[in-house]
Amino acid sequence: METIRNFFKTFLLVELVKGLALTGRHFFQRKITVQFPEEKTPQSPRFRGLHAQRRYPNGEERCIACKLCEAVCPAMAITIESEQRDDGTRRTSRYEIDLTKCIFCGFCEESCPVDSIVETHILEYHGEKRGDLYYTKQMLLAVGDQYEAEIAKNRELDAKYR
Amino acid sequence: MEFFQNLLGADAGLAVWTVLKIVAIVGPMMGAVAYLTLAERKVIGYMQIRIGPNRVGPKGLLQPIADGIKLMLKEIVLPAKANKTLFLVGPILSIAPALAAWAVVPFMPKLVLANIDASLLYIMAVTSIGVYGVIVAGWASNSKYAFLGAMRSAAQIVSYEIAMGFALVGVLMLSGSLNLVEIVNQQGQGLAGGSVFSWNWLPLFPMFLVYLISGVAETNRAPFDVAEGESEIVAGFHVEYSGMAFAVFFLAEYANMILIASMTALMFLGGWLSPLPASVPVLGESGFHWLAIKAAFILFCFLWFRATFPRYRYDQIMRLGWKVFIPVTLVWLVVVGFWMMSPYTLWK
Repeated sequence: METIRNFFKTFLLVELVKGLALTGRHFFQRKITVQFPEEKTPQSPRFRGLHAQRRYPNGEERCIACKLCEAVCPAMAITIESEQRDDGTRRTSRYEIDLTKCIFCGFCEESCPVDSIVETHILEYHGEKRGDLYYTKQMLLAVGDQYEAEIAKNRELDAKYR
Repeated sequence: MEFFQNLLGADAGLAVWTVLKIVAIVGPMMGAVAYLTLAERKVIGYMQIRIGPNRVGPKGLLQPIADGIKLMLKEIVLPAKANKTLFLVGPILSIAPALAAWAVVPFMPKLVLANIDASLLYIMAVTSIGVYGVIVAGWASNSKYAFLGAMRSAAQIVSYEIAMGFALVGVLMLSGSLNLVEIVNQQGQGLAGGSVFSWNWLPLFPMFLVYLISGVAETNRAPFDVAEGESEIVAGFHVEYSGMAFAVFFLAEYANMILIASMTALMFLGGWLSPLPASVPVLGESGFHWLAIKAAFILFCFLWFRATFPRYRYDQIMRLGWKVFIPVTLVWLVVVGFWMMSPYTLWK
């Protein structure tokens, strides 16, 4: 009996028709594609995108050249050199992130004692030469200056979970 | 025709007229091929709950043109150790039969380039040559993946051609003619004359399925695309081809798909005959539009299969071809033979 049933199942292509019915149903389903530049998926305030260096409201840069981020970076994408500034504080003379090495793990942001290095919500950036993605201190500070409002807002939204 | 013969003399005039007719068939064919690639990407996209290409032109309608321009501008790389002559002959060998077969395909009772009596035989013969393109390309590339793909495709196409041939013997028995026009006309006759049920797909249902599935195998389409098998042997026989040489293989594959779809429509689905009674306006009339609709449906099925079924393992392909399809068609041939000779025959 089983044999006969299998025979008919095989020759009537039952399972193939089932498969076709499944894909056929999907054909008419609502499409889930997000059409990127026009539509965007929602972003968490914790989103880890392009890096930025922040300043205090008085314009002083936050970074104190403690080099914790350099030490914690698993991809060794951060390079820091420090020196003493005229007012006696320790500051970075060089702070560079190689974004082609960076794996966007967010450890630098977590390790920072003064919330200086942060990862922003920006995900659409590009370089046209390899060197373009080698972010220097000036570039990082510029990103921070431009998006300070959003950065601060995202920090605040996430503060209670930290 | 007479205009050209008066202008250029009898022979040259005939040649020019024939070339014009060929262009009139090949031109729209190439357009159909281009848009079949778009349709494939759209249909498979929709079945995967995506929307497919939609950026080039309105709704992505110019995508095939962008693809074509890209391929034309690309360099054709000749591998250093390849057999250069055969390497370039390969694509030509694969597209020439795919286009030559259209010479005998009737679009309407009177609309056919060459209405010859052995047109079915011609189609079988010409489409068989297509496999040489694949073998020559695989051999000339001097690459093991290309060679593996070519070997696979050779064995596969030869096996499925037999089952395909047997399926067509059934059609021959019912229509008593090798002429495609007569094969279609015969389907409009019989006891259920003029309706869907008089077409060959119903009495020859197993053969219809065998022909359709063999057709998928014959064109190296998923789930029988072991000749390409991108997950196992990269791209199979055309792994070394780039630019326009690759595009020609692509065109040949899709031209073959359209050919197989039209042949299925002609031989099993009543070709240009209308399934509706003649009283229905426009759609009730037989004509090219019905052939196009039926072929388009079969082509949709090709894409549907590709979106649904995983690739067959190689030994399973061989088993299906030799141990299932050929026996099934043989048994059904005998059944049809008895049926035709019995008092219950539908074909008098």
